[in-house]
Amino acid sequence: MDSALVIHRLHFAFTITYHYLFPQLTMGLAPLIVIFKSLALWKGDERYNKAARFWAKIFAINFLFGVITGIPMEFQFGTNWARFSHYSGGVIATALAMEGVFAFFLESSFLGLFLFGEKRFGQRIHWLAAFMVFAGSWISGFFIIVTDAWMQHPVGYEIAADGTAHLNSFWSLLFNEWALWQYVHNMGGAVITGSFAMAATGAYYVLSRKQEEYGRLFLRVGVIVAAIASLLQLFPTGDRQGKLVTDYQPVTLAAMEGLFQTESGASIVLVGQPDTANQKLDNPIYVPKALSFLTHRHWEAEVKGLNEFPHDQWPDNIPLLYYSYHIMVGLGTIFILIMVTAVLMLWRTKLFNSRWMLWIVMLSFPFPYIANTAGWITAEVGRQPWLVYGLMRTNEGYSSNVSAGNGLFTLLGFMGMYTVLSILFIILIWREVGHGPDFLSGKNHEHGKMDLASAA
Amino acid sequence: METLWFILVALMLTAYVVLDGFDIGAGIISLIVAKTHDERRTVLRAIGPVWDGNEVWLLAAGGALFFAFPLLYASSFSGFYLPLMMVLWLLMLRGIGIELRSHVSDPMWWSFFDFVFSISSLLLAIFFGAAIGNVVRGVPLNADGYFFEALWTNFRVGTNPGILDWYTVLTGVLAMIALTVHGAHYIALKTEGDLNGRARSVAAFGWFGLVLLTLLSLISTLYVRPQVTDNFRLRPWGWIIPLVVVASLVAMQISLRKGRELAAFLSSTTYIVGMLGGAAFAMYPYLLPATTNPSYSLTIYNAKTGAYSLSVGLVWWAIGIALAIGYFTFLYRSFRGKVVLDNEGGY
Repeated sequence: MDSALVIHRLHFAFTITYHYLFPQLTMGLAPLIVIFKSLALWKGDERYNKAARFWAKIFAINFLFGVITGIPMEFQFGTNWARFSHYSGGVIATALAMEGVFAFFLESSFLGLFLFGEKRFGQRIHWLAAFMVFAGSWISGFFIIVTDAWMQHPVGYEIAADGTAHLNSFWSLLFNEWALWQYVHNMGGAVITGSFAMAATGAYYVLSRKQEEYGRLFLRVGVIVAAIASLLQLFPTGDRQGKLVTDYQPVTLAAMEGLFQTESGASIVLVGQPDTANQKLDNPIYVPKALSFLTHRHWEAEVKGLNEFPHDQWPDNIPLLYYSYHIMVGLGTIFILIMVTAVLMLWRTKLFNSRWMLWIVMLSFPFPYIANTAGWITAEVGRQPWLVYGLMRTNEGYSSNVSAGNGLFTLLGFMGMYTVLSILFIILIWREVGHGPDFLSGKNHEHGKMDLASAA
Repeated sequence: METLWFILVALMLTAYVVLDGFDIGAGIISLIVAKTHDERRTVLRAIGPVWDGNEVWLLAAGGALFFAFPLLYASSFSGFYLPLMMVLWLLMLRGIGIELRSHVSDPMWWSFFDFVFSISSLLLAIFFGAAIGNVVRGVPLNADGYFFEALWTNFRVGTNPGILDWYTVLTGVLAMIALTVHGAHYIALKTEGDLNGRARSVAAFGWFGLVLLTLLSLISTLYVRPQVTDNFRLRPWGWIIPLVVVASLVAMQISLRKGRELAAFLSSTTYIVGMLGGAAFAMYPYLLPATTNPSYSLTIYNAKTGAYSLSVGLVWWAIGIALAIGYFTFLYRSFRGKVVLDNEGGY
């Protein structure tokens, strides 16, 4: 715990993991809010506007927390990873700077109009504002993925005379094959978080017999979108990401799967505990030959195990990588089961009366957060020991001029700050969900007091 | 090309200070000028739709700086590690101070967030001013272009200074006064009645402090870093900048007396542009001077990125900023005029 490298890794990991709890919901909710606004314009039904206003409240709180926890991310490349920033700034700073001018201005300007302008500018402008906020948040996600994808699979660069990486092809950077699949997979994950949150809120309203009309609306939109997104997450987006890892990071694939020895007709492990010291998996439950088929589309294909690679190329935390990958895939499979069942029940008009199913939908909302987080841990721990795959090792990139003591000081500061933020966040979301869409009928601020009692 | 990017980054930072500067100034004065619940809501309403967009200029400027001068970004962000982290915490507190107040209708909740908003704004202004002071004074760079500065050493300028010394404290206080006055002009412009009157008094009172501190900081800068006059000798057209600063101060006083709120706000904007423009002009081509050995200084030549990136960057930057200016024009036009309290959208 006293090495500067460890502190800087923890610093970035902690702040970015916490940060990403918020954007995954805002990026997931934004298209759903556009759906409500479009339905309102199309059908002329005020209930859709009320639904949009309710989700705009939840969105706004999440957006604020996303913004204030996101600013540190842009700074921490320089503060904690200075040598990495100097080395790769010639490439990735193009993506990060483009995010600033193309995404942040768009979403922040139109968010003001979206939250303050419905009465003042009318429904059409309000729809446009909602759409622009959606576009801004999704463009922002794209540039971040481009940055990460370059670290996973560097393209479009050359090494200059001073030893740093310089961009030599703008379009290769933006259309990095890795970035495109990672982007759709990541945004799918965000939509899963957003739609699960919406379905769970709907289930809560129906179960508690509060504002049931909105509860049913949220359930309908939530479960349909969640089912589609969960299926797409498995195929094609997850499948294609797996292929890219197989092709470009074979050692990562072996570690993710817990495959210590090369096998032909390799089986896929569903549950099991990796024992890195003895290079084996304990208590495995597996599906024979499935890994060979999934990675090479051939049941008998050879899949390279960790034994094929020198130790200094292995990811440095194989158990963490293995578990986060298995948690992501396991949860993703459960999401499909839950939401496809829910859609079938919706179709047979049984969903709203099935209390046990509504309980499942309601209690499932935290799991997409876990799956998204586990997915990112898989990507980032899987890239180790590299900071930029094949070019720069993680221990070469941190700010060696910032001591472990100074790093720990600010890490603890962030932990304290984020504890306070978490408490405030939970209080505020709890209140909004307690109020529900019907509460937002105009002059809500004056009866806040009264409703504090009823919400508590 | 690198000169052009130096100007673009300086412009974006200036845009940040001008725009978010009035949000920060409004925060500093909010406890003093806004007494009642409705007055405090009015202050928040005046900056509510725009503060987040204004803050984006800091991110966009930071991104552009990283893009054009990666070594400067790496060196300065890690070297100013501690104060930057504190700025991040203050920006968080400022954000929740503005946005969370309205969510609960309870006087104690309001008081808490009013205080958070005001104190974080005050400290932000001082930190930003001290940051500029540090850049002008120089930092103890080593041969690789890196440094690490403690928060303070002995409060003297020298080869091993801290973040805070007498000079950077002075620039911090100057920034605080400048943004207080700037914010007071903005609040006067956006409000009516008692609130408007009190904001104007703050601006009128602050003007004297501003003139005094501007002079003091100018004299100290000449003492701390005499090289700042080189560019004025080399490029005499630069003398227009101090003239602009003086003219803006005079115009501010006249507009204040005649009650022209917009003119006063624009004068204060011109003052900030003039001061920051002057600093950038005097620094060029230095980005971060070294107090250790002048040859270790970071300049636009040794910190720049590849030529290909810089030229491609001009294309997307121009498109992106044109769009951003479009959004901002639309946004500010949409919310122009005095604030009217209604119940839509919070605060």
